[in-house]
Amino acid sequence: MDKRTTEARAVAELRSGMTLGIGGWGSRRKPMSLVREILRSDVKDLTVVTYGGPDVGLLCKAGKVKRLVYGFVSLDSIPLEPHFRAARQAGRLEVTELDEGMLQWGLYAAALRLPFLPTRSGLGSDVLKYAPELRLVRSPYDDGEELVAMPALELDVAFVHMNRADARGNGQYLGPDPYFDDLFCMSAKRRFVSCEKIVETAELVKSGPPQTLVLNRTMVDGVIEAPGGAHFTECPPDYGRDEAFQKEYAATAKDEDEWKKFETRYLSLASEAEYQAAVAERAR
Amino acid sequence: MSDATRAEICVTAVADAFRNDGEALASAFGSVPTVGVRLAKLTDAPDLLMTDGVAYLRGDVPSLSGEDEGEPVTEGWLPFRRVFDLLWSGRRHVIMTASQIDRFGNHNFACIGDYAKPKAQLLGMRGAPGNTICHATSYWVPNHSAKVFVETVDVVSGVGNDRARALGERSSRFHDLRCVISNLGVFDFATPDGRMRLASRHPGVSVDEIVEQTGFEIAIDGDAPETRIPTAAELALVRERIDPKGFVNREVPA
Repeated sequence: MDKRTTEARAVAELRSGMTLGIGGWGSRRKPMSLVREILRSDVKDLTVVTYGGPDVGLLCKAGKVKRLVYGFVSLDSIPLEPHFRAARQAGRLEVTELDEGMLQWGLYAAALRLPFLPTRSGLGSDVLKYAPELRLVRSPYDDGEELVAMPALELDVAFVHMNRADARGNGQYLGPDPYFDDLFCMSAKRRFVSCEKIVETAELVKSGPPQTLVLNRTMVDGVIEAPGGAHFTECPPDYGRDEAFQKEYAATAKDEDEWKKFETRYLSLASEAEYQAAVAERAR
Repeated sequence: MSDATRAEICVTAVADAFRNDGEALASAFGSVPTVGVRLAKLTDAPDLLMTDGVAYLRGDVPSLSGEDEGEPVTEGWLPFRRVFDLLWSGRRHVIMTASQIDRFGNHNFACIGDYAKPKAQLLGMRGAPGNTICHATSYWVPNHSAKVFVETVDVVSGVGNDRARALGERSSRFHDLRCVISNLGVFDFATPDGRMRLASRHPGVSVDEIVEQTGFEIAIDGDAPETRIPTAAELALVRERIDPKGFVNREVPA
């Protein structure tokens, strides 16, 4: 089955109020071309589940997020995501702030179609105070230990970005860490993978060993070729983070005029191709 | 007389905190903690494991600036999912920064102010809830003041001793708060009810100064001893091998 599609068609499946999972980690290998497409759409009131980076900052700034489920939101080289901070400090976001491991556990539970998975993490902390929907569970065995029952984080749609994929939906990461992209895909009803390059299936293992094939085609509904699609987050070995661009982005949180300029130059554009052209123009 | 700086005294205090951890992952955030655990690995604790900050276990001990080095030695792969596995299995000692900490070691780096509309959104919960309930945890505070050492933290991200006790023996059996190292002294929780105690004050710091800069009543046994001064061999390792550019002295002014 040929699953090649476009950002526009993937985002057309998103409806206001849906729960969207976004792969990557902080400012690393984020499906930014899909995020930029959401900014071009009229979708709103999303619940976003992610290890957050500039994807969260941009979606918050654009008013697309109703609720955020996260362990952190960071730009890595800039520890605090400024647009996320601004949204939080304005009281504009509903949040479920989890321990990083709890987020993985919730995705894993959803991936395995379980109602919850038990964990010790969260006990004694204010995670439970501010997420009162979380319940405890007692071990049915002789130990009788009380644990957090981390509920399944079921997603309507998942977006992840890979280095390579084939047209059938086998996805390959070539960097150091798969993050949790496989779990995001397995937890979602509709799964879209953007990638730097679509290659023939036989070509995949020429780029990296079979262990790098972190997504198999049962986990994917649509494949989008998006060279530079993770920009300005890193996507090694294809490219590193565009630190200069990230700095420019972060600075726009301090000054609404600067944000307007940034928006005009990079976001209020008709397509990802125009964005990539604007980025290339900036680099000259 | 040693010419060790305050930062270097903090570095050896960190190294001492990791000395007996054996074959465990030592995770450090901040310059002083990072240099401290590397010093521990080069001296008393050669079996410690460390990551390169990305996804690999680093078998050698690099310098902080990462310059003048040969080929890095990779001894393992530790992507985030395996970090979680490892920390839940307990073979880790982390030293985290704290924006606020109270007398029982309840810790906050999530946000300041009202949770629904914080005055300052900070890092978020990150791994603090899981770290503190699963394995050894210490804290690093480069700017000891009553704004950090507070009566009550605004949000509990890292679990303190009173909350751990309230969970009962079974649920809290892996909770293990070790120490808090600040620019003024070293603090432990060696009191009957798990309150913070002044273990040592850094040379040149008085007990009065610590009391004044701490927003809660701290346990003090008489005139607390002075934190030890680094040996000449330790200073040489820090200055020539681990931190030749002296980054630690920027984190803690002399």
